[in-house]
Amino acid sequence: MSATKTLFDKVWDSHVVHKIQDGPDVLFIDRHMVHEVTSPVAFLGIKNRSIPVMHPEKTFATADHNTPTINQHLPVADPLSANQLKMLEENANEHGISYWGLGHAKNGIVHVVGPEYGITQPGATIVCGDSHTSTHGAFGAIAFGIGTSEVEMVLATQCIMQPKPKRMRININGKMSKGVTPKDVALFIISQLTTSGATGYFVEYAGEIFRDMSMEGRMTVCNLSIEMGARGGMIAPDEKTFEYVKGREFTPKGADWDKAKAYWDTLYTDADAIFDKELTFDGSLIEPMITYGTNPGMGMGISNDIPMANAVQGGATTYQKSLKYMNFNEGESMMGKSIDFVFLGSCTNGRIEDFRAFASIVKGRKKAANVTAWLVPGSHKVEAAIKEEGILDILTEAGFELREPGCSACLAMNDDKVPAGKLAVSTSNRNFEGRQGPGSRTLLASPLVAAAAAVTGKVTDPRELMVELV
Amino acid sequence: MAYDKFNILTSTAVPLPIENVDTDQIIPARFLKATERVGFGDNLFRDWRYNQDNTLKEDFVLNQDKFSGKILVGGKNFGSGSSREHAAWAVYDYGFRCVVSSFFADIFRGNCLNIGVLPVQVSAEFLQKIFDAVESDPATELEVNLPEQKITLLPTGESESFDINDYKKNNMLNGFDDIDYLLNIKKDIAAFAENTPL
Repeated sequence: MSATKTLFDKVWDSHVVHKIQDGPDVLFIDRHMVHEVTSPVAFLGIKNRSIPVMHPEKTFATADHNTPTINQHLPVADPLSANQLKMLEENANEHGISYWGLGHAKNGIVHVVGPEYGITQPGATIVCGDSHTSTHGAFGAIAFGIGTSEVEMVLATQCIMQPKPKRMRININGKMSKGVTPKDVALFIISQLTTSGATGYFVEYAGEIFRDMSMEGRMTVCNLSIEMGARGGMIAPDEKTFEYVKGREFTPKGADWDKAKAYWDTLYTDADAIFDKELTFDGSLIEPMITYGTNPGMGMGISNDIPMANAVQGGATTYQKSLKYMNFNEGESMMGKSIDFVFLGSCTNGRIEDFRAFASIVKGRKKAANVTAWLVPGSHKVEAAIKEEGILDILTEAGFELREPGCSACLAMNDDKVPAGKLAVSTSNRNFEGRQGPGSRTLLASPLVAAAAAVTGKVTDPRELMVELV
Repeated sequence: MAYDKFNILTSTAVPLPIENVDTDQIIPARFLKATERVGFGDNLFRDWRYNQDNTLKEDFVLNQDKFSGKILVGGKNFGSGSSREHAAWAVYDYGFRCVVSSFFADIFRGNCLNIGVLPVQVSAEFLQKIFDAVESDPATELEVNLPEQKITLLPTGESESFDINDYKKNNMLNGFDDIDYLLNIKKDIAAFAENTPL
């Protein structure tokens, strides 16, 4: 009898409270993150049932989706956004939930602040009413996005009912080439799998390329797992993980640390464990990526040409509709296309390493006159590091301004909207029609590609501009 | 939340033969600012339905009088993208009780089941048959039979079975939700929480 298990199985199985025959598992949730957009109806639901939040100490609320990125000290102008923010504060206070609202020193994007303060830990189950909750899988946690009914479920019972997903492993060995970042690795994988290629699966990323990656890089990769349809993605924790979480505010200390560490050391896939699906790629073949269509799977190496309709999976009609929306043609090159906006930020690429990468390209150069750039840190902690490390000086000298933290133009629920017809190079996670504002057109790319576009005003291969990192 | 029970639904259908319909199309982010779950139907497929000056896009299927009904038929990978349950609310609020596709995004499918919209996954071939039948005759009726897990094109009698796990099927048939179930095992959950290391 074999007792071998995958990393995913180990974490999942240890959290099953109850199994339902021919139904979902009841999974215990260690950390529940809450933001203002997907929670009000859930709080209303438990109020209507007259039940309290079962584990307020395992629940963390932050404001991010709606928040402005300038003048955060002033009242929020949009009354609907202001109302959602007010309700989050009231609900958090009423139920005794930790609340990092606008203006709070720890405020920031939910998936950025969770890891920063040690809320995110290996082996935990983490949910949030946001699909990019998969970010936290970088620590060897099972983390996934949920709907509002499920937010209500977790508030009420600290459990969620989920059918256990199938297991997939994506192996990538080799080293990242010059100019290639974790974002490119993720966009490459999605371009290979399409946006539905991992639906029904939970993915483990394995191999040298992920082992070599920083924790922030791993977060970027896991963040984008949802864009290939996966329920989530995870990477086995290692010394780099433990080093990252050690000493953070919510991380166990002293004897508790030793106990936790002993558990975390068991979190790896056993050598002969079986996956339902396994894929292997050669990492050295990945180049800087860019998307050309209206979903994250429509991406390619930046020096390639847009594929012909007969060469892509899926319906030609849908493909052509997508290119028509983008105002691009089959077979044309992306290089040299004039762009209007650059967005650096989001839970995908709003961390300090992303700003370092961006600065490495813009240093000594000037922002292109035709470009509006929104540089939005993922949190106040990131903002502080940008200033401390001298990155702000580099950005300012190059003609850029830094904004205040939040989700911003990633989903354009605040005022940071790309106008109709305008073309944006964005480090965020989705290029859906109208995602960054009605009629906006988005090219997803890495911070290096975004920086190259910001200083040249057009789609540019960052390798042409690369100097040593600052 | 409690919702209407689902048993056998007989209805005409609205065809949307586009693949990878994402949740940002179903309900754009700027309409997520409500704090109650009603009224989202007005903005279902907002940017496909309306021009920017709020006039109707006449060629969009929801704006064509000949198509109506409680069944929305979409292309492969329907509902990809965000976890926003608002997308499922918008579908429900507009009046749909069932979405048919050859493939659903995971979270969207789960959200639908949690609020009383039945996601019915059929083969690519059967999906094409439905599109062809409905587009050539918008009066074509479909029967979605949850107890028998079967969907039928009524004019021809062609049918296909679909999967749903017994637990969710029972919930849909009775209008139950998961919280009702979880509250019944609250003691087990509390005992589990006592021993959790994190």
